[in-house]
Amino acid sequence: MADTTVPVKHTEHATTTGLPSSKLAMWLFLSSECMLFGALIATYVLYRGASVKGPYPVDVFDIPYTSVSTFVLLASSLSMVLALAAAQNRDIVRMRLWLLATAMLGLTFVGGQVYEFTSFYHEGLSLTTNLFGSSFYVLTGFHGAHVTLGILMLLSLVGMSMNDRLPDEQAFPVELVGLYWHFVDIVWIVIFVVVYLVPAGEAASKVGK
Amino acid sequence: MSEHESDLQRELATPMPDPHGEVAHSEHPSPKAYIRVGLVLAGLTALEVAVSYSHEGARLITGALLVLMFLKFVLVVLWFMHLKFDSRRYSRFFVMGLAGSITLYAVVLMTLGVFGGK
Repeated sequence: MADTTVPVKHTEHATTTGLPSSKLAMWLFLSSECMLFGALIATYVLYRGASVKGPYPVDVFDIPYTSVSTFVLLASSLSMVLALAAAQNRDIVRMRLWLLATAMLGLTFVGGQVYEFTSFYHEGLSLTTNLFGSSFYVLTGFHGAHVTLGILMLLSLVGMSMNDRLPDEQAFPVELVGLYWHFVDIVWIVIFVVVYLVPAGEAASKVGK
Repeated sequence: MSEHESDLQRELATPMPDPHGEVAHSEHPSPKAYIRVGLVLAGLTALEVAVSYSHEGARLITGALLVLMFLKFVLVVLWFMHLKFDSRRYSRFFVMGLAGSITLYAVVLMTLGVFGGK
């Protein structure tokens, strides 16, 4: 790994744990977020196949479209770590560009989700139509809200950097926001499979029989 | 500068040995390594989509999708969230929440008969 790693130093105050408190707090926060999204995903799984009237998942899902959205969110995770790498190398201009690229990719994802929700609504699936609609909109809506919050955090970082309001060690705040952003990405990794691909796979399996 | 002072400065500049591997400073991957991980993630996602269109048995498809999902999850957490390189204490906090939520909701779903097969 010697040729693929760069040393990183964080400016931090002495703490009883020997770790930066803000980073530890972020990990604890993400740990608690596991409980939140765990509840929402478990609720979706619990009500899966329990709707007594349609539309059902296979009636409304457009897997190619959602796959593109997934690639967009994955690309945003990559641009986020590239922003962090630039910040660690004190390449501030490149860091801002990668942060803006991440925010734009996040906006594209949220825009795609809004379009998806609108098209589902026009196909007759609302929050109160059936159990699938309720659990689907609440789960993916909460995720979309988290992405939106992440975009605001990214744009705030860019704004603070341009106004010289970030500390000299610009990498640390970028790393903290990056942790949140990647968490949002891993939640989508689970949602994409559990909510979208598993029902699609089951439907494809029935066609094959 | 006295010899004693220079020894002291050398000592302060040397990181303290950490018997538990719980260091606050870390080495992060280079951009090239990040791009390689990103390409692997894109490949795994493409594979997931392809698997969802296959006409194999539903259980096989679901199992394969869950394995691919797990691989992507681990890759992002280890490389993009740097748990592979950071202090193990961060990993413990995250795993605590993750394992706690998986256990809790798995028990709830089992209690409600979701995995029972009707």
